[in-house]
Amino acid sequence: MDFEHESDDPFRDDEDDPDAHLSLEKESTKEYVVYLVDASPKMFTSTCPASADDQKEESHFHIALSCISQSLKNQIINRSYDELAICFFNTREKRNIQELSGVFVFNVPERDYLDRPTARLIKEFDRIEESFAKDIGSQHGIVPGTRENSLYNAIWVAQALLRKGSAKTVDKRVLLFTNEDDPFGCIKGAIKSDMKRMTLQRAKDAQDLGISIELLPLSHPSDPFNVSQFYAELIGLEEDELADFMPSSGIKLEDMKDQLRKRMFKKRIVKKLKFIIVDGISIELNSYALIRPTVPGAITWLDSVTNQPLKSERTFICADTGALVEESTKRFHPYKNQNIVFSTKELSEIKRFSTGHLHLLGFKPLSCLRDYYNLKPSTFLYPSDEAMDGSICIFIALHRSMIQLKRFAVAFYGGSSRPQLVALIAQDEIIQSGGQIEPPGMHMISLPYSDDIRLVEERHSEKVGMVTRASNDQIKKAADVIKRIDLKDFSICQFANPGLQRHYAVLQALALEEDEIPEIKDETLPDEEGLARPGVVKALEEFKTSVYGENYDEECEANAKPSEASKKRKAQAEVATKECENYDWGELADTGKLKDLTVVELKYYLTAHNLPVSGKKEALVSRILTHMKK
Amino acid sequence: MARNKEALVLLLDVGPSMHSVIPEIEKVCSMLVEKKLIFTKYDEVGVVLFGTEDTDNELTEEVGGYQHVVVLKNIKVVEGDIVEALQQLPRGATHGDFLDAIIVGMDMLIKKFGETNKGKKRLCLITNAQCPIKEPFEGTKEEQVTTIAKQMIVHGMRMESIILRGKLSQDANKKIMDENDQLLRIFSTETSARSTYVENPVSLLGALRTRNITPSTIFKGDLELSPKLRIKVLVYKKTAEEKFPTLKKFSDKAASTDKFATHEVKVDYEYKSSQEPDKVVPPDQRIKGYRYGPQIVPISQAEWDAVKFKPEKGLKLLGFTDSSNVLRHQYMKDVNVFVAETGNTKATLALSSLARAMKEMNKVAILRCVWRHGQANVVIGVLTPNLSDKENIPDSLYFNVLPFAEDVREFQFPSFSNFPAPIQPNEQQLEAAANLVKMLDLAPQGKEEVLLPDFTPNPVLERFYRYLELKSKHADAAVPPLDDTLKKITEPDDELLQQNKSVIEKFRRSFELKENPRHKKSRRLLREERYGSSEENSKGEIPALASNLIEDKSNVEVDNIGDLTPVQDFEAMFARRDNPDWVVKAIDAMKNKIHDLIEDSHEGDNNSKALECLAALRKGCINEQEPKQFNNFLRDLWSFCQEKNLHGFCDSLSSKGITLIPKSEAADSEVTEDEARSFLVKSQPKV
Repeated sequence: MDFEHESDDPFRDDEDDPDAHLSLEKESTKEYVVYLVDASPKMFTSTCPASADDQKEESHFHIALSCISQSLKNQIINRSYDELAICFFNTREKRNIQELSGVFVFNVPERDYLDRPTARLIKEFDRIEESFAKDIGSQHGIVPGTRENSLYNAIWVAQALLRKGSAKTVDKRVLLFTNEDDPFGCIKGAIKSDMKRMTLQRAKDAQDLGISIELLPLSHPSDPFNVSQFYAELIGLEEDELADFMPSSGIKLEDMKDQLRKRMFKKRIVKKLKFIIVDGISIELNSYALIRPTVPGAITWLDSVTNQPLKSERTFICADTGALVEESTKRFHPYKNQNIVFSTKELSEIKRFSTGHLHLLGFKPLSCLRDYYNLKPSTFLYPSDEAMDGSICIFIALHRSMIQLKRFAVAFYGGSSRPQLVALIAQDEIIQSGGQIEPPGMHMISLPYSDDIRLVEERHSEKVGMVTRASNDQIKKAADVIKRIDLKDFSICQFANPGLQRHYAVLQALALEEDEIPEIKDETLPDEEGLARPGVVKALEEFKTSVYGENYDEECEANAKPSEASKKRKAQAEVATKECENYDWGELADTGKLKDLTVVELKYYLTAHNLPVSGKKEALVSRILTHMKK
Repeated sequence: MARNKEALVLLLDVGPSMHSVIPEIEKVCSMLVEKKLIFTKYDEVGVVLFGTEDTDNELTEEVGGYQHVVVLKNIKVVEGDIVEALQQLPRGATHGDFLDAIIVGMDMLIKKFGETNKGKKRLCLITNAQCPIKEPFEGTKEEQVTTIAKQMIVHGMRMESIILRGKLSQDANKKIMDENDQLLRIFSTETSARSTYVENPVSLLGALRTRNITPSTIFKGDLELSPKLRIKVLVYKKTAEEKFPTLKKFSDKAASTDKFATHEVKVDYEYKSSQEPDKVVPPDQRIKGYRYGPQIVPISQAEWDAVKFKPEKGLKLLGFTDSSNVLRHQYMKDVNVFVAETGNTKATLALSSLARAMKEMNKVAILRCVWRHGQANVVIGVLTPNLSDKENIPDSLYFNVLPFAEDVREFQFPSFSNFPAPIQPNEQQLEAAANLVKMLDLAPQGKEEVLLPDFTPNPVLERFYRYLELKSKHADAAVPPLDDTLKKITEPDDELLQQNKSVIEKFRRSFELKENPRHKKSRRLLREERYGSSEENSKGEIPALASNLIEDKSNVEVDNIGDLTPVQDFEAMFARRDNPDWVVKAIDAMKNKIHDLIEDSHEGDNNSKALECLAALRKGCINEQEPKQFNNFLRDLWSFCQEKNLHGFCDSLSSKGITLIPKSEAADSEVTEDEARSFLVKSQPKV
């Protein structure tokens, strides 16, 4: 295994489907981003209403920084191979390769301007506001009387930073944060149009080099950002896109972070699929992994003495002769007292069914899709007219009919790792406060086969004659509880993964050699205050009484009564503790006589001290010694 | 000895009305035994046939009666001969009496095991229950069946019946079938017998669980609604993927005469220092490192244990919410089921009332779960009600894992309404689509749902186990093609298509679908970018591939590389001297062509053509003193093939000896002779 090449992109589809790659466009594998942050005085004086419950207003500058900080923290977890630079413009100090004024590239030691994020960058960037005025300073870059053009300079610096890496393999982007919709507003006449033209030309040059420039405008309800003033032309917005661009005038911090988060991740097509609807009608779909579990990155083994990474080497040894062999192309499975040998080719032949194609089998009402028909995260499908004109049209027609008729499609998907039946659910677009919450398209859900479904409930069937149905009164009481403990606006994005957050907090602390590990708030714990509200308590009490009667607590105790097994275990422990006292363990250990005892005797010590009793005799002895700290 | 060894008696109806489905029964039963041979080889199996001409069972010898019931295999530990016997079931000639068969099966189990093996004795009946059972000597049929069912409980036997209906049963007497259904239902209510009705061959294959997995709990303890109200529950897996078996690597190094050879290949991992490649670092000198950006942070297990997230074991309710707040596609993993603690009536009622109230109100519950002590993470998931429709099966709840905020990528996609009008479907097209969605119905009213996951076998596993059995007899047998039954899973059902011919035809006619000519172009443009033609400033677009190119070639000068004669086209373009740009264009077009060939190649069928083109390109580049163009392209192509696992092409490269253009062949080249030679060496697969 070679860890260097192990991508820790958790959104990569786990299915390694070599055949499907054939049809896959080669896509950029890396992303280089330059954050361009306007640092003009206006960014400090304008504010946004912060979250609703907190009346404190936050400056646009602060909002921009916290958005970036957030995305850096996400990036170092998810996409640490991507590179970025942070660059302020309209600054007093200057720092950039071209020595252009009014532009300051923020950086930390041991890092190029455009480089992968490091722990130190994140940490120092978090503190930048404290020292900003002193070290960098805010200053209008475009003022009458000079021909200085800080915006022009900024784009030029960004473009120079992004010169690195070829456009074939890298997505290059500039994310521009500003609240000034008319940067040349204070300038008049020919100079103004001149500067405007130059700046637009500069932006166009950058775009011609494959750099996309994206705008994240900040505004205040009373002073909306007018994108058509200047920036529409700079970022190349078409007339009809203008209306969609500024969803609402008062962008709150959270929305802004959301916006950035959404833009941070470029869509990546996992696969291109051919969807065979009926004979002669096949449309083209792209598949995307919208939901995949994020896991802490791969482990790299290090030499504990030098802390240098280790290389692992794999060798194949013939178990019979001990000879080194090359990786064999044959596999075998024991069956009926013989070894049945397969070639890898035969094995892949067994798994081959119309590879990479999605074959429509029919439709069923949504009620047929039971909650237990699930095995792994779903995959999102969106049509493409790239290879087949008409794909989108057919897809939309089916999509709309499926939603209207409340039906899902059943199809067979011939992926090479697990060819399977899938359900395709049409999802309508959901838009909330100007943002797309759910994109329109279909979700592909892998269905289990009969061998994958276990008949637990039936195995668990009660003896005949037992009451298993709740009475109406009990159901009503349960309904009261449900009404009381209601999570109104529950959404799946509500919780950060506390284990993962802790993991990265620990890593960050260790990486920066900090003494304290920051506490991570576990958002997944129940709302104890809410549960203690009188109404809730009352509803719960009534439900309890209706099901358990008056003696719930007694029953709890009764249930808490130790089972036979635990009683036995307890008795054994007592015996062991007693027996254990008959030996002078310290001396036995010192004189090395532990090994002369029997395993049963050794286990007395282990049981008495609540240690595991498994393993060979040597293991037991060494466990005792470890426990005695000898 | 395996603790869970099971004794199973198969009761198979082979009467005349069954003949058409016997092939499927042979398949499913032999598969069952094959899997036992692999996974639970101490299980015992017996086979009883009924509806046979002959009679052969102990009961008939002892007490008489029990005609037309044949014990094909007595109960014994599974062996290959059972598989063989099941693969060639005799076709019977008389109507069978399933009750006789059940009694014979019970008798076999009782004689063999007596009171022992409680709960591990199983009867499995496969019949179409079309023939009436005999009138008992005394009492009614119902009474007789009830008595037998009671006996089953006494002896700790379970019964599973698979009853064939619909397409699988022929025109039969409805009255008899209803009576038999009634009788079989007594078994399900009196015992925990499972009866399954199947209507097509696919579900017959899926209806019989061929592998018996004893469920084990994931969690046993309290479901905590609040600190003051806890419900005792057991959590089991409801779905878990049955994986393709892991096969061992085979070594043929051992002498063929060696009977005790294991033929196994041991894989040995050694960790070596990166500075001193010869030094092996012992396991206790290794430490785990985690990436944080470019840094690798070493953390020992002890350090990690001290600081890691340690949630407390338990299941806590966070609250209830509208079921519309959780979307179906957000389910992350396989599914668990929450049932009440065994024998705990109060807990059963508590779960039942919650489930029923949730169902009524359309609510789901959100839960925070830590299944095990010491688990390093929590799980957030959703509980949905599962109301049982059988009296003796209590209500339960299904649990699905939901994603955390980190797990969701919010990609934006264009709204469908934003597409221009010509792309939007019109009224007539919408109607055609709606009809298709309505008519291509897999869950028709009053009929069995087709491809119900619970009854659909995994075609890959079916194929594997059948092939395994086949190979055990003929070592070099080829992989058999999918049979017609399994094809019903992977391909649309012909019958359904036939029934809806007009709907499908209408759909087909309503939409115009054509290969996009822009497609080739856009791919080309993309590829042009990829191969850095921007440096060469060959912005001069390669025109889209004209399909009429070949006919026109006689009078039009070649300006692109076609599909039929790429090498000639390339040379023709090279020869054009009306504009020096043609050389660059030809090179670029050829690169694209080669790329297309490789990318579209199916199992390397284009490889030889691609190689020809590559050879031509190489020659051309030498002649035109453009070695760099070729060398860069070859390198790109090389890495592309590596990336896409197209090793076949790389191998053929080496076999044809096509390598980089060295200095000796073209003066402008920066590649040395050695480099060119070693380029191919690199292509040998890594060991």
